[in-house]
Amino acid sequence: MRTKALLAVLLALSLLVPLLSAAGETGRSIEDTHEFILKNGMKVVVKEDHRAPVVVQQVWYKVGSSYEYGGITGISHVLEHMMFKGTSRYPNGTFSEVIAEQGGRENAFTSRDYTAYYQVLAADRLEIAMRLEADRMRNLLMREDDFQRERAVVQEERRLRTEDNPTALTYERFQATAYLNSPYGDPVIGWMQDLESLTLDDLKAWYDRWYAPNNATLVVVGDVDPDEVRRLARRYYGTIRAREVAPPKPRQEVPQQGERRVTVKAPAELPYVLLGYKVPVVLSAETEWEPYALEVLAGVLDGGSSARLSRNLVRGREIAASAGAGYNAAGRLEGLFMLDGTPAPGQPAAAIEAALRDEIRALREAPVTGDEIERVKAQVVAGEIYQRDSIQHQAMVIGTLETVGLDWRLAEDYAERIRAVTPEQVQAVARKYLVDDRLTVAHLDPQPIDPDNPPSRFDGHLR
Amino acid sequence: MILRLTVLLLALIALPAQAAPDIQHWTTDNGLRVYYVEAPELPMVDLRLVFDAGSARDGGRPGLARMTNALLASGAGDWDADAIAERFESVGAQYGAGAARDMAWVSLRSLNDLDWFEPALATFLAVVQAPRFPAADFERTRRQAFVALSRQAQDPGEIASKALYEAVYGDHPYAHPPLGTRESIEGLARGDLVAFHARHYVARNGVLAIVGDLDRPAAEALADRVSAGLAASEPAPALPPVPTLDEARTLRIPFPSEQAHVYLGAPGMSRGDADYFALYFGNHMLGGSGFTSRLTKAVRVERGLSYSVYSYFLPMAQQGPFLAGLQTRVDQAEEAVEVARETLATFVAQGPAAEEYRASLANITGGFPLRVASNSDIVQYLAMIGFYDLPLDYLDRFTDRIEAVTVADIRDAFARRLDPERMITVIVGGPEAE
Repeated sequence: MRTKALLAVLLALSLLVPLLSAAGETGRSIEDTHEFILKNGMKVVVKEDHRAPVVVQQVWYKVGSSYEYGGITGISHVLEHMMFKGTSRYPNGTFSEVIAEQGGRENAFTSRDYTAYYQVLAADRLEIAMRLEADRMRNLLMREDDFQRERAVVQEERRLRTEDNPTALTYERFQATAYLNSPYGDPVIGWMQDLESLTLDDLKAWYDRWYAPNNATLVVVGDVDPDEVRRLARRYYGTIRAREVAPPKPRQEVPQQGERRVTVKAPAELPYVLLGYKVPVVLSAETEWEPYALEVLAGVLDGGSSARLSRNLVRGREIAASAGAGYNAAGRLEGLFMLDGTPAPGQPAAAIEAALRDEIRALREAPVTGDEIERVKAQVVAGEIYQRDSIQHQAMVIGTLETVGLDWRLAEDYAERIRAVTPEQVQAVARKYLVDDRLTVAHLDPQPIDPDNPPSRFDGHLR
Repeated sequence: MILRLTVLLLALIALPAQAAPDIQHWTTDNGLRVYYVEAPELPMVDLRLVFDAGSARDGGRPGLARMTNALLASGAGDWDADAIAERFESVGAQYGAGAARDMAWVSLRSLNDLDWFEPALATFLAVVQAPRFPAADFERTRRQAFVALSRQAQDPGEIASKALYEAVYGDHPYAHPPLGTRESIEGLARGDLVAFHARHYVARNGVLAIVGDLDRPAAEALADRVSAGLAASEPAPALPPVPTLDEARTLRIPFPSEQAHVYLGAPGMSRGDADYFALYFGNHMLGGSGFTSRLTKAVRVERGLSYSVYSYFLPMAQQGPFLAGLQTRVDQAEEAVEVARETLATFVAQGPAAEEYRASLANITGGFPLRVASNSDIVQYLAMIGFYDLPLDYLDRFTDRIEAVTVADIRDAFARRLDPERMITVIVGGPEAE
């Protein structure tokens, strides 16, 4: 559980709750949320939640797989693993031991647009977590033997998550097909050969380049006094010198000029189909309401068991055993509106692709009904309350928005913007973006599960 | 050194109030046991209704409990599956259901505003009390179960887990997979589900957990409405005890994967077990605490053999399993199994070191507030306490009970309860043996 490297993948694949719709903020909570910037440029956002005597600290760095380039893919995630290998003051596993002794839980996650570290612990122990987290922002020791072992761990992680998981493997190849020049085409965990050729010097350079207070956001949510957090943040993070951090190159995906397809053969029992249309995100949208209309559209398709995919494809026509749709409006770069499905028994994969495309066509041809849009809005309104049950979730929303270059206040009027979406706007984004020329399709083509004939996906030089 | 001192001082001075939630408990007129915590901070309500209706009650028809549970929301009262889903989702309510080996559950999360809550509750009541199991939905759900079985069959971790339970439990009702088998699911009839529901989804076989922004009278009225539509009937009989393993066995299942999935397992402990706290505490050091546990250090940190490696006791009504798991490149499987076995055997033989014990104690007790920090945490605890009939002060006394466990208690409990010479090993992955 150290790394949810594929959090973004999971978000996209679970295709259930669009990230932004999970934003749990209300007008009142603005009063409970405090923002300030340390002199070295590190932004701090503190949200008070006094329901339980606990706190979460998260430090978010603006670096992830979308900052990487060919040959070093996966480096952000490997660095995340190395961050637990110690500093001169807290060597080896001291970090984890100290947090554990304090009754804390800790972990980290890497995604396309961020790398983040967190600790959850009793609220009166925040200072200890800060002292440790601030120390490894600057003083990480990276040793060759630790690196060799930790890389082997990451390679096992890749085997577990991707190589031996036919749907994840299909997703990886689907992304690589959908994007030509955008770094979103590369897997967060990295290509196996890139992991194999990574060096300790590569990691040291990556750490020096991105791990600086002015490239990080501290998010604290829980039973805390914001003035006290400010004092602690100044003391521990405020003393770290700012460094020049050159922003990443733009690398926005070139316009797509026609449908793309890819087939992935792997030992499997079940076919699987993925569809993705190039769509804008909040940061890139020409028209402000478009990302929100796409969120509503995702809800109309997959906002629960009453939504169209369950109703029409899983029940109704019974073409799919399962089907989903999802969209993440909070990406740093342009993304995909995605659909996926596993066919019902006896149904060919082609039938589910056709059925998913039928659903998209229906959205282009007719506005969604008032009932449907009201259901999506009701779920967003209620979801805003439900999400406040988890301090970690609240911190995730703030950290994600800040780190991709949005503003945490965006979550404050999210429900408002969703409520403003009309059926005509949903139809307009379907017509504009959910068109064949923007589409990429991937099919998992199941191969016999034959133990004596395993697929060789790379050349065996790893042994 | 300075750090250690500070840490210790903090631990002594600033132990947070171990404020466990105030649990209220009563039984409705027809025998449904209710556990309730008032949580006025957020305007929402969580309900979790659990029955002794897991796959251990399949009674020779594997998959029956799971399919009965899955079909509840496919037609109830006047509503079909579409209408039920619309009724929940149009008021932003979240309906959930599931079935493991012991427990089957149905849950509802809703805003507490009555305009939103009442339609959600009315739908929930119909689903629990008057499901119709429509024939067409039954056939569809059965076909979907075949897809779920196929999904299992392409996943080496699932194959390993299934094989482990079968080997550890033999003829016991915990042995078969809750999902069932192709043959058993083919043999199910709609009438089986109707009968299973009538027998098991009854007041005296259930527990209702309520957490949220409603006061005691409102909670009582709510519990009465849930209970009133259920037959009183009888609790399910006790499950048979789990036989001990006679000998060690190793199962190798070939699979075209790059990793071998490895499980070591044996019958472990039950809920309310006299050794619960000693075994829980001991396992925390062995493989239950992530980066500070022995298994993670030996297999992952020192040798880089696996991304994930862990062990746990899963306490159940009868002895749930002790289980250790890891995944590693096929050609490293033997080495990893050896390291895991040796780590386990050393721990059983020697027990924890003093320093390890101290650190682990601090983690478990200091981390207590994290366990009950959200309504969703609390409602799950309530259902668990009720289902397994644990004392009402289970949470209040949790840290005290942990603190009372000594190094010798742990060594003694492991020596009596876990025999490294009599465990099942399952290794899935790699070619057919020569």
